[in-house]
Amino acid sequence: MNDMRMTERGVDSKNIKMKARKVQVFYGTNHAIKDVDVDIEDKTVTAFIGPSGCGKSTFLRCLNRMNDTIDICRVEGEITLDGEDIYDRKVDPVQLRAKVGMVFQKPNPFPKSIYDNVAYGPRIHGLARGKAELDEIVEKSLRRAAIWNEVKDRLDAPGTGLSGGQQQRLCIARAIATGPEVLLMDEPCSALDPIATAQVEELIDELRERFSVVIVTHSMQQAARVSQKTAFFHLGNLVEYGETSKIFTNPDDPRTESYITGRIG
Amino acid sequence: MTDATANAPARSLFTEDARTKKRNRAEARFRAYGLAAVIVGLLALVMLLVSILSNGMSAFRQTFLTIPVELTEARLDPQGNRDPAEMAAVTTFGYLPVLAQSYIDHVESLGIEHDLSPQAMAAMISGEAPAQLRSLVLEDPSLVGQTVTLRVLVSGRIDGFFKGRVTMASAERDANVTPEQLQLAQALAEVGVIETRFNWSFVTAPDASGQRPEAAGLGVAILGSFYMMLVVLVLSLPIGVAASIYLEEFAPKNRLTDLIEVNISNLAAVPSIVFGILGLAIFINFAGLPQSAPIVGGLVLTLMTLPTIIIATRASLRAVPPSIREAALGVGASKMQAVFHHVLPLAAPGILTGTIIGLAQALGETAPLLLIGMVAFVRDYPAAPPEGLFDPASALPVQVYQWTQRSDPAFVERASGAIIVLLVFLIVMNAIAVLLRRRFERRW
Ligand SMILES: Nc1ncnc2c1ncn2[C@@H]1O[C@H](COP(=O)(O)OP(=O)(O)O)[C@@H](O)[C@H]1O
Ligand SMILES: [Mg+2]
Repeated sequence: MNDMRMTERGVDSKNIKMKARKVQVFYGTNHAIKDVDVDIEDKTVTAFIGPSGCGKSTFLRCLNRMNDTIDICRVEGEITLDGEDIYDRKVDPVQLRAKVGMVFQKPNPFPKSIYDNVAYGPRIHGLARGKAELDEIVEKSLRRAAIWNEVKDRLDAPGTGLSGGQQQRLCIARAIATGPEVLLMDEPCSALDPIATAQVEELIDELRERFSVVIVTHSMQQAARVSQKTAFFHLGNLVEYGETSKIFTNPDDPRTESYITGRIG
Repeated sequence: MTDATANAPARSLFTEDARTKKRNRAEARFRAYGLAAVIVGLLALVMLLVSILSNGMSAFRQTFLTIPVELTEARLDPQGNRDPAEMAAVTTFGYLPVLAQSYIDHVESLGIEHDLSPQAMAAMISGEAPAQLRSLVLEDPSLVGQTVTLRVLVSGRIDGFFKGRVTMASAERDANVTPEQLQLAQALAEVGVIETRFNWSFVTAPDASGQRPEAAGLGVAILGSFYMMLVVLVLSLPIGVAASIYLEEFAPKNRLTDLIEVNISNLAAVPSIVFGILGLAIFINFAGLPQSAPIVGGLVLTLMTLPTIIIATRASLRAVPPSIREAALGVGASKMQAVFHHVLPLAAPGILTGTIIGLAQALGETAPLLLIGMVAFVRDYPAAPPEGLFDPASALPVQVYQWTQRSDPAFVERASGAIIVLLVFLIVMNAIAVLLRRRFERRW
């Protein structure tokens, strides 16, 4: 894996938020992630691209230990958040997931009111003292998710009644309501129409001011538009990782180049 | 156009080829079979309902005799001091002559001719009537010395005469009733002294002995069944739901849980009488609980209902999309929070439907109750729960069974009436289940 030298390149003065070293993931005997090293920068959008089935989602789900919920899944190696090993025995995944939020491929609002969707996280983590404070968190999260103006008059309406794009932004609001430091997004736009996609992409760009965002996408245009760093996965390997502009214009690895130009699908 | 038909005359769309004909015939045959099957099923159902309704509706009506009764002090309160304790010494045998005499006098005053002996006259009144009069007097001793208008049951044979079960011809051969009695009853009915009217006590009164079918009611059986359902609900719902949640959401998937799973499914198919034997061995012989008590019946039925509830609950938990679980875990909910805050509420309608269907099954179950002594003849209402759960009681389906065993043909009507009551309960429960399912179906 001499490509790994590339990962050191282009890292500027920004802090490293999450660091992965020699990560291996197995589903039973299927070796889905092989020896992946990545540094996720703070206040940066990092895109994971690669052909379908190459392990992007799997690796993303390692970052907030969502893979724990899959019985046959086994993770090896080291992943740290602010220097703390998230797979340490002492770490409760529940606490981790409040810090590393997640937005899923298919919008999955709770079948509850819009307000309750956003308020749920703060409630279970005890982030608000009293109703007024909770209202404030809900409003702030919905504003940041750029959906406040559309829903402010019907916070009691069910979240499942919104359109697909609105639902996805609601899910983003829900994820940022717990005040996470890292936001993981697994193909957040794949179920959305182009207009909703544009709205979400714009939103991702704004979110970068406060969070470190990791986004999985199968659309290279999207990766080019929203991300500063890009990681290209292929068959469970991290082939190339670096500045987005570099990956898309002048990749080092021939596999990256064929994927970018559409020869690996 | 002419060209096309000329080129391929055999392929015209207007004539069916042999294969299509054959296929269409097969389809028509299959439809006919299906329709026939449905019709046979419906006919069976209609026949069942018609036979039960035609036999049983009359159980809700009963023939009463309304007469003024002179409550003579000399017989009912010999001491004359209206002390309820002393008056209680007069048994129903003391009240019978009072009632009979009033009846004879009333018939005479109406000027109806007959040549029945006083005994034959008294036999037209139900054996239950003196007891009814006695409890009335003991409740209000000041009535003694007055004349009260009383509505009392007539004997089962007279009642049967007005319902068409007993005829003049059958009375000739019947030791319990004579045509003369029927003639008098007919005459009294014409002047309105005897009339057939709706009878609530069929639903509220306790069972009566084999000689008094006219007084037998379902009160104790309904109460006993209700208590058992209470026990079943209180035990099987939490246990079943907890077990299902554990198995579905928390248990590791391994050989042991597979084995448990298979066994739960098998348990649902175990004949109910086996649960009765189990209940007899465990709850009565080993734990020493009383026989005929709703608590034991409830426990046995709980064992029976649990698999149903577990299977239904697991199915509805599985029907909740995994994305809901992921969403909850993703914002940092613990597994338990995810289940209790999000999965369980969505599964609740399915769980409730399963529970109601399980309860309905348990309500109609007879065999295991026979084994734990719920067949006893019980005339006293069980006390209010929780003590009442340990009092002897009957149960609706067992009451049906018992009544069909009795010799007096009047019990045929009562058994059918009891089946109607049971069916009404079952229909109501199933309707609730359907309503719940409609109301809360798929909100995600
Ligand atoms: N829950 C799972 N159980 C077993 N294998 C899985 C599971 N999820 C993913 N995999 C396997 O892991 C590999 C990577 O999958 P994934 O991370 O979903 O790819 P991507 O998101 O890049 O399309 C695939 O070979 C897939 O079959
Ligand atoms: Mg994926």
